[in-house]
Amino acid sequence: MTEKMLEIEDLKTYFYGDEGVVKAVDGVTITVNKGETVGVVGESGCGKSVTSLSVMRLLQDTPGEIVDGSIKFEGKSLLNLSEKEMRMIRGNDIAMIFQEPMTSLNPVYKIGKQLEEAIKLHLRYDKKKARIHAVNMLNLVGLPRANEVMNEYPHQLSGGMRQRVMIAMAMACNPKLLIADEPTTALDVTIQAQILELMQQLRNESNTSIMLITHDLGVVAEMCDRVVVMYAGEVVEESDVYTLFENPKHPYTKGLIGSVPKLGQDVEKLDSIPGNVPIPTNMPSGCKFAPRCEFAMDICWKKDPVLLETNDKHACRCWLYQDQEKALEV
Amino acid sequence: MLQYVVKRLIGIIPILFLVSIFIFLFVHLIPGDPARLVAGQDATLQDVEVVRQELGLDQPIHIQYFNFISGIFQGDIGSSIKTGRPVFNEIASRFMPTFWLTFWSMIWAVIVGLLIGVISATKRNKWQDYLGMFGAVSGISMPSFWLGLLLIQVFAVQLGWLPVGGLESWKSYVLPSITLGSGVAAVVARFSRSSLMDILKDDYIRTGRAKGLNEHKVVWGHGLKNAMIPVVTMTGLQFGFLLGGSIVIETVFSWPGLGRLLIDSVAFRDYPVIQAEMLLFALEFILINLIVDLIYGFLNPQIRYD
Repeated sequence: MTEKMLEIEDLKTYFYGDEGVVKAVDGVTITVNKGETVGVVGESGCGKSVTSLSVMRLLQDTPGEIVDGSIKFEGKSLLNLSEKEMRMIRGNDIAMIFQEPMTSLNPVYKIGKQLEEAIKLHLRYDKKKARIHAVNMLNLVGLPRANEVMNEYPHQLSGGMRQRVMIAMAMACNPKLLIADEPTTALDVTIQAQILELMQQLRNESNTSIMLITHDLGVVAEMCDRVVVMYAGEVVEESDVYTLFENPKHPYTKGLIGSVPKLGQDVEKLDSIPGNVPIPTNMPSGCKFAPRCEFAMDICWKKDPVLLETNDKHACRCWLYQDQEKALEV
Repeated sequence: MLQYVVKRLIGIIPILFLVSIFIFLFVHLIPGDPARLVAGQDATLQDVEVVRQELGLDQPIHIQYFNFISGIFQGDIGSSIKTGRPVFNEIASRFMPTFWLTFWSMIWAVIVGLLIGVISATKRNKWQDYLGMFGAVSGISMPSFWLGLLLIQVFAVQLGWLPVGGLESWKSYVLPSITLGSGVAAVVARFSRSSLMDILKDDYIRTGRAKGLNEHKVVWGHGLKNAMIPVVTMTGLQFGFLLGGSIVIETVFSWPGLGRLLIDSVAFRDYPVIQAEMLLFALEFILINLIVDLIYGFLNPQIRYD
């Protein structure tokens, strides 16, 4: 029996703006088991990042609000915790790496101070011990001249070095779950590979569960055990990583995989999914992907399919694989 | 760093030189004849001419300017036409009251302004924010002579707690500094509010929260230092401005400061005093700008002095 680390169930996070309610996350269910790496894939604006911020309960200063659903961490509901209890979890049991290494570090404080902050807070180390631990972490993430970097400011480091610092910061308190929100997107390709390798190595050493949010299928193939594909605030497909790449079901997933250029393939133009993610305040009725789907049928415009587990833990939200007659009767 | 300061200090000399030319020209453009004022209304034309010669005002303007500048280099900035006392003494005795009044006004204004700004930014669109911004708008809109008179009426005349005016003890500072600082506090509050509100949207603030820091540490530790940069600029400018002496407030409170000295000397066409005072204001502004630039370096490590 696999132990469940994170269980997001039917999560609904809505944003209340001048132009109406934006259902950024609308009934998302994701489970991350212990030691497992789960990829959350989708285009920009599909609700990946909002899902992760909901888990951390970091939606303050945004008009967003968790309106329904539950988030459990090691069986304990995070949504029922007080803000103070939640702070003891943030950066300690659940740590997060963000997309923008250039801006995610405070420009006016030295790296050392920013690293030691969480160490002192959660591990209750004194200044000297925290500093030693921070230097060890910098060494662990492969930063050269760790001792000097401690006394440098963020603007003195490159993007890759800063992301290493962010990873060191996230891993410093030995979290049980690491949420990585597009950790390699802002980096150039060679640095991306290094950062992914580093994350794999850390996962293998510490058995940390990882929720990896990305729009890069290459990253998913490299890192993940299981994949959740999101579209317009919903999960549209979920399976283990091999099944997903070998036998994608949802037309959106097929489109995503089809739009990745392949080595040795000589094509004039890359495949792409026509159209754009629908405007959140004006979602189509029925299946949200229907306007962009080449297989769209009548029913797709009328009724939203459910996320149905077909076989072998492969779930898909698409009428192509579901009993349409039964659905229309209801 | 030291090299930078020395370079900047040397740079002051040509600036002051240029400023002195403008001041000299503008002062001499003021209509009115100091020789006539010194000689008195009943003096004959001849008497006036004698006084003019004594004051050196009969010479061509470039010679007068040369005398003025060479005097400065010899450490002699002349004597007041009105009182005959050295200009240096005239200004020195008036500088400290203005300086301390400005100092205490700025101290309370910056502390209170920052507090209001931070509370308003963190409690955006709640009653604390509305109350703070109501206070700030009132502080900016209220004419200082009116606020000054109001405070005198209540605390000096009716309650009798504080003196009406003049400079006798620490009590004399209370009402003028409240009056002088209220506008500054209001501006600081508005600046720090908007600056901090922008900063609190930044990614590293989210990082701080994701580390598990409490809001207090996030706002005061990570937010405020970043938000201070525009606030420091504004505060520096205000400080320089107030050091010139507030003419209105010094008049309302009969404060023996530079503002009133300036008014008196302009009224009497006391050229040496006006010139010296204007040069002093220019120097103050330049020095304060230098200090502001140095504080920048402390706040923002990306600024380098070379």
